[in-house]
This record gives sequence, structure tokens and C-alpha cells, in this order.
Amino acid sequence: MTSLRLNILLFVSLVLAIILSLAAGKVWVDPSAWWGDDLGALIIMELRLPRTVLGAAIGAALGMAGATMQGYLRNPLADPGVFGVSSSAALGAVSSLYFGYAAAAWLLPAFAMAGAGIGMGLLALLAGRSGSLILFTLAGVILSSLAGSLTSLLISLAPTPFATTEIITWLMGALTDRSWDDVKLAVPIIAVGMFFLLATGRSLDALTLGEDAARSMGVNVLRLQWLAIIGVGLTVGASVAAAGIIGFVGLVVPHLVRPFAGHRPSAVLLPSALAGALLLVLADSLVRILPIVSELRLGIAMALIGAPFFMALLFKMRRELA
Amino acid sequence: MTLSFQNLSLVLRERTILDDISGLFQLGRVTVILGANGAGKSSLLSCLSGLRSPQRGAITLEERPLSSLDGKERGRLIGLLPQQPDIHWNIDVKSLVGLGRLPHSGGWGMSGADHQAVDKAMAATDCTSLANRKAMRLSGGEQGRVLLARVLAGEPEWLLADEPLASLDPAHQFDVLERLKNYAAAGNGVIVVLHDLTQAARFADDVMVMKEGAIIAAGPRDHVMTAPIMAQAYGVEVQIGTSDAGDPLVVPVRRLP
Repeated sequence: MTSLRLNILLFVSLVLAIILSLAAGKVWVDPSAWWGDDLGALIIMELRLPRTVLGAAIGAALGMAGATMQGYLRNPLADPGVFGVSSSAALGAVSSLYFGYAAAAWLLPAFAMAGAGIGMGLLALLAGRSGSLILFTLAGVILSSLAGSLTSLLISLAPTPFATTEIITWLMGALTDRSWDDVKLAVPIIAVGMFFLLATGRSLDALTLGEDAARSMGVNVLRLQWLAIIGVGLTVGASVAAAGIIGFVGLVVPHLVRPFAGHRPSAVLLPSALAGALLLVLADSLVRILPIVSELRLGIAMALIGAPFFMALLFKMRRELA
Repeated sequence: MTLSFQNLSLVLRERTILDDISGLFQLGRVTVILGANGAGKSSLLSCLSGLRSPQRGAITLEERPLSSLDGKERGRLIGLLPQQPDIHWNIDVKSLVGLGRLPHSGGWGMSGADHQAVDKAMAATDCTSLANRKAMRLSGGEQGRVLLARVLAGEPEWLLADEPLASLDPAHQFDVLERLKNYAAAGNGVIVVLHDLTQAARFADDVMVMKEGAIIAAGPRDHVMTAPIMAQAYGVEVQIGTSDAGDPLVVPVRRLP
């Protein structure tokens, strides 16, 4: 399949999934009533549409960030979490909940972005100017375990049981009750981040041949490292700020896409964004129509879908290695 | 047209790797760099290909300092075949060879000239029939050819190869060396690090011998590949002769005390 046809196919599927997502929910709104002033139109335009748009943007962000990370680290098991950006964004968000700052709608995302920013800065500081992958990976691992333990510390020190519950629920990740305000905050940041990620494409291709060969062809590994840090920081930071931690999209989606897009890292970027958006919109539609009392958190749903898929992937890899 | 280096010194972690060396390579010739492990051969290649910046000294390419070229321009002029045969994603052979065009292409996609260069490089290395195969499923010999095609596709004026024979059987060793020789015969400069002395004697026009970061001999093959110089470089006694067909044989026979 050519990459153009793949992208068109994914885009059309995404549009269909968005329409499905608008229709999905506890209340059925007839499509003829989607526009207008009555309650049905309000549900569609003010509840489901922003939620769907946000889901698509976050799915695209996580998918593309995952594809970039895997290409950059030349490791098919890498995901955006490896950078420690999602955990430092989560730490930022959790500290705003801890201090009870979440009253104003923009405070939690602002804290999350600040967390992501500090995380990126520390990462750049730790990895230094070497552009070395090993240093970089270690720095990411250290950062994510530090942010993770600080988050646990905040949970254990939470002033009230209510705050503890609020923090834990938030960490699970969800798109419930998101409004246009969240969309306006997250989507521009994600768009800028994706622009940085797309700019890594050709350098990622060159890295297929190893770092020496890539550098001998004029690839600037330091510039690549900065593009990756900034791109992943913005996309993942904004995603976590808007919806909490949603795992597995960044890890799994590039794998789903690769057999169809070819294994060239740059050819995987755009299809991963489209497929990530598709997957998240579908999963979020699913959690809304499941007949259970309280809505299943999207982060949990993704892990429930993702883990078995990943096991199947490992079985397949094991067969190929044998 | 020459590639030269003057008073080059490279110090890594307080160890002197290259010690104030100077030398010259010429277009149209195969220069083989010999020397024991750790003599500085690979470090010299990485300085020449711009991967490392020496602390002192200058590298001059056609009268321009190498450090004044930007990465892409340098990549167009100097191609490097690294020692490790790295292939990280299972891309098809044609795309892999196409990566060699990166220093030439401005935007996305490949131009007509790019496709032409890729086809030519694949024909020169007998990779055309592999075009749609997956790179990671190739045998070691096929990978060697494909990676060589990747460098040739960039049409560099200077081709630097770091031990391209490692892990190749004798037949494939001949294949690779013949292709390097042909590339030099077409008017390009070829600089190769080798460990096999007989292969070096057979294919080199010029030989440069390194020991402990210094160059102990350089010049036309017959002047350099002598028993005393080999003894000094490797600490082994070599026997030099000719095969029945008249090809040179350089065989290490024992370690010198």
C-alpha cells in the first residue's frame, strides 16, 4: 500500500469514527437535531464534539510522539513515557490538585505544562550536549522514576481523602466532561509539537543506518535531540494536561501502522498520528456506550485493550526470533 | 585533487589517539590504512569524515578546510562506510540504498537524479535483484553489498571504508574490494582500513601504516609493504611472495618476541 493511500484510508476512517463518536453516548440524538438550539444540539456541540476533537488531537499527539521515540531510539519498544515527560507533566498536574489549585480551569493544565517543561529542561541538562542515546535513555528513565515517586509522595501526603481520590482518578486519564476551553488550550500546543516531530523525519530515516552513518551524511544529532525533546514535550505534555495519562497509544499504534506504511521511520509518523486519533476516538466512544454505572476511565480502557494486543505482538516477535 | 591532513592530534579522555600526524590521499587511487588494533586507524577515518573534531591540526579537502563545510556538503563529498553493519528497521533494500541520497535531497521524496544514482549504485554492487527484499532478512554478504550500495548512491568523491571485509567470506571479500577498486578507477578517492595483509597488497595503490597514533610509513604499496615495516607495525614476522598467478602474498608467520 502506498503511503498516500494509507493516509487517505486512515483519514476517512477517522472522519467516520468522529461521526460515530458524536452519536455515541447514553442519550440518542437524531442527526437531524445536531444543529440548532435545543438540548440535543447542545449535547452534540458542547459535550460530545469538544470531547471528540480533544480525543482525536491527543490520540494523534501520542501516536506521532510514539513513532518518533521509536525511530529516535531505534527501539520498537520505546514509547513517549520513556522520556519521563508524561510522568513529569502528571507530577505538575497532581501538585496543583494537591494544593487545591484546580479550581480555575486553566490552572491544572498550566501546572502540567510547567511540569513537562521542567522535565524537558532536566532531560536536556542530564543528557548534555553529547547527543548520546544511552545517556539520553538513562536520563529519561531516571526522570520518570523521580517524577513517579514524587507523585506517590504527594498522594500519600494528600491533606484529605477527597484530594487523594481526586488525584488517583485524575491520573487514570479520561476525556469526561472536557469543554471547548480544554480544546483551545491543548490543540494549538499539540499542533506546534507535531510540527517539531515531523521535522525529525529525515534524520530518523538516516539513523536506520546507525549514528555514525547518519552523522557522516550530515545529520546533526544534537539538533535531532532537541527536536525530539521539544516535540515530545509539547505533544505529550499537552495531552497529559488535558486528559491525564493515557498509555499504550504511543507504544502500540506505530506497530499497527508499520506493516502497512513500510518500516521507514519517517513514513510511520503521519499514519501513526491518524491511527492514534482513530484508536482514541473509537475507544472513547466505546467507554461511553458501555452499559455500566460510572464511566470506565479511558486510560484504563486503553490499557485493557493495549495489554493483550501487546502480548500478541510479543508472541509474534518470539516466533520470528525462534 | 587531494584530501590531506596536517599536524592532526586527537586526544580522548587524556589518551593521545592521534599524535601530530600529517598525510595526503589522492583521487583515482585506493589507499589502504594498516596498523595493529588501537593504532588510530578508525579515529583517523572518523576525523576525515567529520565525525570527530581533532584538538589540533587541519584537514583540507581541495584546498578548503573540512571544518568550513556544513554537514550536508561534507556528506556529498565524503562518504563513510562504518565498521558496524547497522540496519535498525526492516526497510526494503531500495529504500535503504536511497538513504544514501540524503546529503543531496533538499525536501521530501527523491528526484530523477536520485533514482538514477540509486539504480546505478545497486547495479554496481549486484543488488538490483534484491530491490524489494527486506534489509534485515538478507545474509551477511548481501547486507555488505547493500550497505556499500548505500554509500555509492551518495556519489561521494571520497569513499572511506572501515574494515569492510569483517565478517565476509573470501568470495565476498573479493566482490567488495573489486567494487572499491572500480570506484577509484572511475576517478574517486578510496580510503580503506584493512586487516588482511594479502588483500591489502593485492588491492592497494598506496598504503599508510599507523602505530600508536603515528604514521610510520606511507607511499606506494611496494615501498611500504615490506617485512621490516610490517614487523614494526604488527610485531609479527611476515613472509612476502607471489602466488602462481603472480599476485602478491603477504602472510604473517610468527609473532616476534
